[in-house]
Amino acid sequence: MRSRAESDARSRGYYLNSDENFLKDLLEGLKKNEERYGYPSCPCRLASGKFELDRDIICPCDYRDPDVEEFGTCYCGLYARKDVSEGKMPVVSIPERRPLKKQMRAYDISAKSSSTQPLAVSTVTAEPAKIKLKLWYCKQCGYVVFREEPPYICPICKAKREFFTDLRIEIYSAR
Amino acid sequence: MNVVKVQGGNKNHRVFMYALSTCAWCKRTKQFLKDNNVDYEYVDIDLESEEEQKKIEKDLASRGCYAYPALLIDGRQLIKGFKVDEIEEVLGLR
Repeated sequence: MRSRAESDARSRGYYLNSDENFLKDLLEGLKKNEERYGYPSCPCRLASGKFELDRDIICPCDYRDPDVEEFGTCYCGLYARKDVSEGKMPVVSIPERRPLKKQMRAYDISAKSSSTQPLAVSTVTAEPAKIKLKLWYCKQCGYVVFREEPPYICPICKAKREFFTDLRIEIYSAR
Repeated sequence: MNVVKVQGGNKNHRVFMYALSTCAWCKRTKQFLKDNNVDYEYVDIDLESEEEQKKIEKDLASRGCYAYPALLIDGRQLIKGFKVDEIEEVLGLR
């Protein structure tokens, strides 16, 4: 688990949390999730155990890149920016970027049902089969990904989400 | 729900923590409360049944929260995440 995270951090120019005890806890959490769900979902988020619904929180999660860019670390604190890993900035608990609707969908509940506060959430289905996957294409570098939504940041050229457009392929048979 | 009670001398507030057994921030929060001798209860949601998890998530969502750790103080105020300053202020630890 550790070598996988290290190599992933290196490839993206990130660092792992420099607090050894904290790092150990995170890696143990990832290992435990991999054992019980079959994939290493974020140790600091509640997974549903349904792959398609947890896909965005499998480490490295979909929110890592924008979180490291904005706050200096990812949500759980595993990945850090250079200045944070060098101790120039403290590692702190950061706000959750994962949309509430994804969390609600994973548990097949509507946040509206018992809400005392207005929430911008609608009832959604928990059926993984109903998730609509699309091809998303980065207009800057040509990277293509098959996901429900485009990445926040292109993993190849680091273009922002706005650079992605959905791609439709039509195949005609030659006669 | 498998609620764990942690004894402490400071019983000024009723503190209930929603946590995950795998979460490093939750672990820090538990340690912080213990170090400050705060009497509190917690539940590790990931170890609960799916039905129980659903109930807890729904309850938290109704309070506008879906992140862990979540500290419910006196059944009213919710602190989202390990926010030392906020916890200290609300619990009067300063």
